[in-house]
Amino acid sequence: MSKISDAFKNGKAFIPFITGGDPSLSVTETLLFKLVEAGADIIEIGIPFSDPTAEGPVIQAADERALAAGCTTDKLLELVKKVRKSIKIPLLFMTYYNPIFVYGAEKFAGKCAQVGIDGLIVPDLPFEEREELLVHCEAFGVELVSMIAPTSDERTLKIAKESKGFIYCVSSLGVTGERKNIGNAAKSMIETAKTVTDTPCAVGFGISDAAQAKEIAKFADGVIVGSAIVKIVGQYGEQSPSHVYEFAKGIKDAVKTPCKS
Amino acid sequence: MENGRFGRHGGQYIPETLMSAVATLAQEYEKWRANADFNNELNALLAEYAGRPSGLYFAEKMTKDLGGAKIYLKREDLNHTGSHKINNVLGQVLLAKKMGKTRVIAETGAGQHGVATATAAALMDMECEIFMGIEDTERQALNVYRMELLGATVHKVTSGTGTLKDAVSATMREWATRIDDTHYVLGSCMGPHPFPTIVRDFQAVIGREIKEQLFRKEGKLPDVVLACVGGGSNAIGSFYEFIGDKSVKLIGCEAAGKGVDTPQNAATIANGTVGVFHGMKSYFCQDEFGQIAPVYSISAGLDYPGIGPEHANLFDTGRAQYVPVTDDEAVDAFEYLSKTEGIIPAIESAHAVAYARKIAGKMKKDEIVVITVSGRGDKDVAAIARYKGVNLHE
Repeated sequence: MSKISDAFKNGKAFIPFITGGDPSLSVTETLLFKLVEAGADIIEIGIPFSDPTAEGPVIQAADERALAAGCTTDKLLELVKKVRKSIKIPLLFMTYYNPIFVYGAEKFAGKCAQVGIDGLIVPDLPFEEREELLVHCEAFGVELVSMIAPTSDERTLKIAKESKGFIYCVSSLGVTGERKNIGNAAKSMIETAKTVTDTPCAVGFGISDAAQAKEIAKFADGVIVGSAIVKIVGQYGEQSPSHVYEFAKGIKDAVKTPCKS
Repeated sequence: MENGRFGRHGGQYIPETLMSAVATLAQEYEKWRANADFNNELNALLAEYAGRPSGLYFAEKMTKDLGGAKIYLKREDLNHTGSHKINNVLGQVLLAKKMGKTRVIAETGAGQHGVATATAAALMDMECEIFMGIEDTERQALNVYRMELLGATVHKVTSGTGTLKDAVSATMREWATRIDDTHYVLGSCMGPHPFPTIVRDFQAVIGREIKEQLFRKEGKLPDVVLACVGGGSNAIGSFYEFIGDKSVKLIGCEAAGKGVDTPQNAATIANGTVGVFHGMKSYFCQDEFGQIAPVYSISAGLDYPGIGPEHANLFDTGRAQYVPVTDDEAVDAFEYLSKTEGIIPAIESAHAVAYARKIAGKMKKDEIVVITVSGRGDKDVAAIARYKGVNLHE
């Protein structure tokens, strides 16, 4: 088992996401500690990208704030190196492929391993294209997380078979308003994946409160919450860590005690 | 599945949500491109609705004035809707219809692709939504109204720089939320496979006609084919037929804005580096951390930080050459062609005209330059007037 999949051993995992450097690197640092304190099992740190094509308006705005404040890939690597001495849970970078490719995939994977990043989530690097990054990730022991979506259909099996760390199950909760149906889609996606793999399955995209998190935790191994947290950071800025802590704690409690389905 | 590589460029760098949609599109395209009924239907639309073939006009006054090579203009500006965009749009909307889609969405920069898509959607009874950067809706206000007149809904994109790249991102996001009934009519030879191939194939009619028309008039191949390049659809359409004819020089003219050595340009080959964006590996204007640069050009249609992957490969292999042309040079050429030949070119196309003015005089009189006039300039008149300091209200 890997360090990432180990994080799913103590029950359902709570996986928060924050955009690195939003609104400043020092707030990001405080947020990381607050999220650990609130019970995060894994944290995803977004490396901001100028044109995040898979993000909704909340994270787009966060990326813009972070870049305007001067956040860079190197500064985030430095920050991780610094907090790594005291934060023990798995830390993942989530970013688009261009910042990695331009940095140099090999150099990037090496630096990630060096500072203590356990895995990468790259939403615009699908299964068919991931080899060019995967070789470097494997060489340095950094896990490349696979994603599946309700539209993956027959692709789900081949992606799940090759998965490491955890499988990021993309749901579109909230976008179409058909929450139950999409919840069902995520559930059946996970059931399909589980026929070929033991890799834990976490659901993300559109989970905005404790009630939804609780619903998802009935059938998923983990719950990823991004935009809802980033929205709080956007609202409170420098003062956001205490608000994020309260919110994250609520999610964690909901995830840890899912009602029986 | 073959994933659409042009040398090291191309590919399918898109979110998992869209992967099945592009895979289905690739399969359906392979099926329909070989279908005789589909081709007959498309050819009839191109001939009777779009007005093809477009003329290949000998620009005699321009030739005399420049004193060198013979200049021919490929008149894509005379197509229905006023640009080459209709070639691709008729193909893609017909394909979408065959695939059972009922709704099309598209990005647009200058508005030419948006107008063409709205037109084809009206013709083929499709619901149509167009995404346009807010800055471009201001630069091209008439085209916004034109699209609405044709029954399309126009969404003003406020994210990022509010230009073409943000319109592409917004359209991709929209497609990811609704793929069942929706086809994304990508307007240039870019994006994830199979789009660069589909758009090239539907635009290749330009080069095929140039070859045939010139052969009838001159009995030989051109020496130079010139076209403007943003994403590069009219250029790849003009070049594709000639790639195997090594004697034909292929030159793409990219937007240098206020100059390639200033921060305000969109000259991707001159200033870009290899990256991965909008679904493709290609050249992009970007910084050392892979953040896409906020590019600039007077031309909304060339104001894009990347270039189609097939062009990137034509550049890598040396088969085509890409040259920067500034705003000032393009505006001069815009006025020059208007006054010399009575043809007002789109400001995009004026970039190609500008480069012809630089090289034709140094060429021999029996040599031939073909310039693709990708669109007409009516849409640009107000903006050029403003550029020249004329206070004109649309």
